[in-house]
Amino acid sequence: MNTIIFRTIAPLIVAIMLVFSVYVCLRGHNEPGGGFIGGLIAASSIAIFAMANGVADVRRALVVDPLALAGFGVFIAACSGLLSLFTGSPFMTSIWLYLDLEEAVVPLSTPMVFDIGVYFVVFGTLSAVALGLQTPDGGEDF
Amino acid sequence: MLTLGAGMMLVALGPFVAAALAPFVQALLGRFAAWPLALVPGAIFFYLLGFVGADPLTASIEWIPAHGIDLAFRLDGLSLTFALAISGIGALIILYSGDYLKGHPHLGRFLGFMLAFMGAMLGLVLADNTLVLLAFWELTSVTSFLLIGFDHSRQAARRGAIQALVVTNIGGLALLAGAILLYQASGGWSISGLGHLGEDGLYMAVFACICLAAFTKSAQFPLHFWLPNAMEAPTPVSAFLHSATMVMGGVYLLARFHPVLGDTVLWTTVLTVFGGVTMLWGALWATRQTDLKQMLAQTTIASLGLLVLLIGIGNEAALLGMIVYFIAHALYKAGFFLVVGAIDHETGTRDLTALGGLSDRMPLTFIAAAMAGLSMLGLPATLGYFAKEEIYLGSWETIAALAALVIGNALLGGIGLTVGIRPFLGPETRTPRTAHEAPVPMLAGPLLLGAGGIVLALNIDWLAGAILAPATNAIRPLTHELHLSLLPNLADPLFMASVLTWLLAILVFARMSVLRMVMRRIETGVGWTLDKGFDTAMFGLIRFAGAVTRLFHHGRLELYLVVVFAMLALALFLPMLGMGGLDALWPAAEGGAWSSNIGGVDLRLHEWGVVILAVAGLVALVIAPTRLVAILSLGVQGTAVALIFLLFGAPDLAFTQFMVEVLSVVIMALVVARLPLDERDHRPFEDWARDGTLAVVCGAGLSLLLLVVLAGAFDPRLSTFFIETSVPIAHGANIVNVILVDYRGFDTLGEISVVMAAGIAIVALLRARKTPGAAA
Repeated sequence: MNTIIFRTIAPLIVAIMLVFSVYVCLRGHNEPGGGFIGGLIAASSIAIFAMANGVADVRRALVVDPLALAGFGVFIAACSGLLSLFTGSPFMTSIWLYLDLEEAVVPLSTPMVFDIGVYFVVFGTLSAVALGLQTPDGGEDF
Repeated sequence: MLTLGAGMMLVALGPFVAAALAPFVQALLGRFAAWPLALVPGAIFFYLLGFVGADPLTASIEWIPAHGIDLAFRLDGLSLTFALAISGIGALIILYSGDYLKGHPHLGRFLGFMLAFMGAMLGLVLADNTLVLLAFWELTSVTSFLLIGFDHSRQAARRGAIQALVVTNIGGLALLAGAILLYQASGGWSISGLGHLGEDGLYMAVFACICLAAFTKSAQFPLHFWLPNAMEAPTPVSAFLHSATMVMGGVYLLARFHPVLGDTVLWTTVLTVFGGVTMLWGALWATRQTDLKQMLAQTTIASLGLLVLLIGIGNEAALLGMIVYFIAHALYKAGFFLVVGAIDHETGTRDLTALGGLSDRMPLTFIAAAMAGLSMLGLPATLGYFAKEEIYLGSWETIAALAALVIGNALLGGIGLTVGIRPFLGPETRTPRTAHEAPVPMLAGPLLLGAGGIVLALNIDWLAGAILAPATNAIRPLTHELHLSLLPNLADPLFMASVLTWLLAILVFARMSVLRMVMRRIETGVGWTLDKGFDTAMFGLIRFAGAVTRLFHHGRLELYLVVVFAMLALALFLPMLGMGGLDALWPAAEGGAWSSNIGGVDLRLHEWGVVILAVAGLVALVIAPTRLVAILSLGVQGTAVALIFLLFGAPDLAFTQFMVEVLSVVIMALVVARLPLDERDHRPFEDWARDGTLAVVCGAGLSLLLLVVLAGAFDPRLSTFFIETSVPIAHGANIVNVILVDYRGFDTLGEISVVMAAGIAIVALLRARKTPGAAA
């Protein structure tokens, strides 16, 4: 697993996969993709990174515990639903905001925030499991 | 002046606010916290006193409008009587508690529990909606659990609390069922809107539910055994719970539902029999005790039985007697408990045989005890007298009930004399503490309660017009004027019954020790009590739960999987066979030919390629020589499935499937990295055959299900809806994603929470392996 070639290429693959995962997540509303798939791609990249460089490096690179990322995902997903309560609509009514930036119109919405939450949950949970499995005695070796 | 609605809300919710504040008040004021806190029930008492003589009032605010459930309250004569007793006695007892538990580290918590319980009780008697009633009913169960188990470091207190909770919660469930049945029978949740249910088909079921609820709460035989154990609570709790509140909840419920369920043969028979048996049982069992508090507890059971018996008889005099008796009992029983608490507090014991000659040292307590005792005996000029007169008048025509009531009252009167007089007379005894008079707050309660019984008796005309008549009217409209006279009519045969009661009571008082010995003989002779039966039942339940858990939670993964897949097979085949799904594939009309809805096999070359890939992966999986090959083969098979999704227009699904396959292979490889990968699992032939069969059956079932689904006509309503609305209202062209994050966002929120929780569980399991010897 830790050949020179793999270890040299791995960071590159990981970077591309992470960028691609964000791209897939954000385009999901109109084309194939979405938070779930994006999260899976990101988690795979983390698994690859861990195989190449070891779990400790990955944990250092992630800064926060992956499970905290999952919790954050659930939190912002729920918060995106709560926003609509301020407009007097039922829970999780979507709110859309079109930002007009000279060149293009960027649509922002609560479903998008929700999808990003899904991304974080899937990414965080699977990374935590993958990292936990790769640590000989289960994890917590920051 | 408050509006009516706001006032009712304050009455119902004020105690809860006070309860939440109680610990802070206690932190500020120490033992004097009871003074301001007692103001809350005191104010409620005087506020409610303003409604005496008023017409029934209702107030409600919307709670769950979609189901027509309002937070509805109604103040009529019956609820006013109960609410006055609860708030008035509550105020005195809170005042008393401050000194009784002086210096106790959890005094604030205790006062909070008391106030919350009182709020629940007030809500219970004021509620005019069966579900609101149920909510407060359950709240009384929970708060009384906290009160009984207040001294939670003692095992007996914990047991008493759990027992009370278990028994009264059985009643709570019955009440819930009763409320729902009543809703089905009447179409509404309002209590005052209910008509008589006598002819309804649901009468029996509703009656059973309401009775079970009332009998558990009001400790009717054979569900009475929790009440004596609830005496583990501090004495002020017993004084409150067992005089006018908790246990009266059941009596109130029966009185409240008398207009709905009463006056049937079933009602009269069941209530009279259970009430009568409970009364005699409680009264006889009380004589067995020497602990003053336990004696009072047993007489409470007897009094509850008496009240239920009276509701069962249900004529005007009996119901009037029930109300008078309730008031008299609330006053003397609360007073008695407080007196016993004071004796216990000042002498260090409450054993009847160890006490004597306290009248010199505790003269005021003696006066309070004597007033309570005389009211319990029912001498003229006490409220107990009127109660007894009305009771005998009401039961005059049923000779068995009359006889039981005379005996019960005589026993209760004898015990009243014993508790009220015996500790104070005779030679002085040595007690653990040198006795002296209790402090003022602990005297105010019993003295006021005892005096209340006499003052109300002297003003019986006012009481009859202001309280008794409206309360009785709420249960059964009175047809003639009340005639309660202060002076006994010596020629009346009723009076003879009273005299007989007194004579018997004095006999009981004089021969208490003989009676006690007889009852103890009987008890040791029987050797089994319902209380022990409760323990047997509870331990049996725990053992049963353990056995069931061991049966299903045996810790053998392969058996778990066998069960899961066997269930899957059943879930697939049973509906198809049972509901005729297979007929769609082989319609009888076409002579068993394949349905024309399913086309023949018509695949293009590259599609054949994918199918072959899938099958090859599957075959490789089954014959794989090592674990690593098996995992990779499974990945190949999954990838082929993903390709099929891609080819047939489900890019999202394919995309996800690809990623899931990749990750599963990675994760499975990581899991089995701890196992030797170059081996194959060795399994006995039976296992192999069992798992193989299950796999084939599940696969066949799923294939058949898909074929059945395809054989039916496709219902395009949902897909049309999504296609039409996705872009206009959800601003997204990817329908799968829009469904996930918008249309069904709530589902997704639940799913991602589950994903996170599963992740936490897996990580926890992995970390558990760290400690050697810990369960992995």
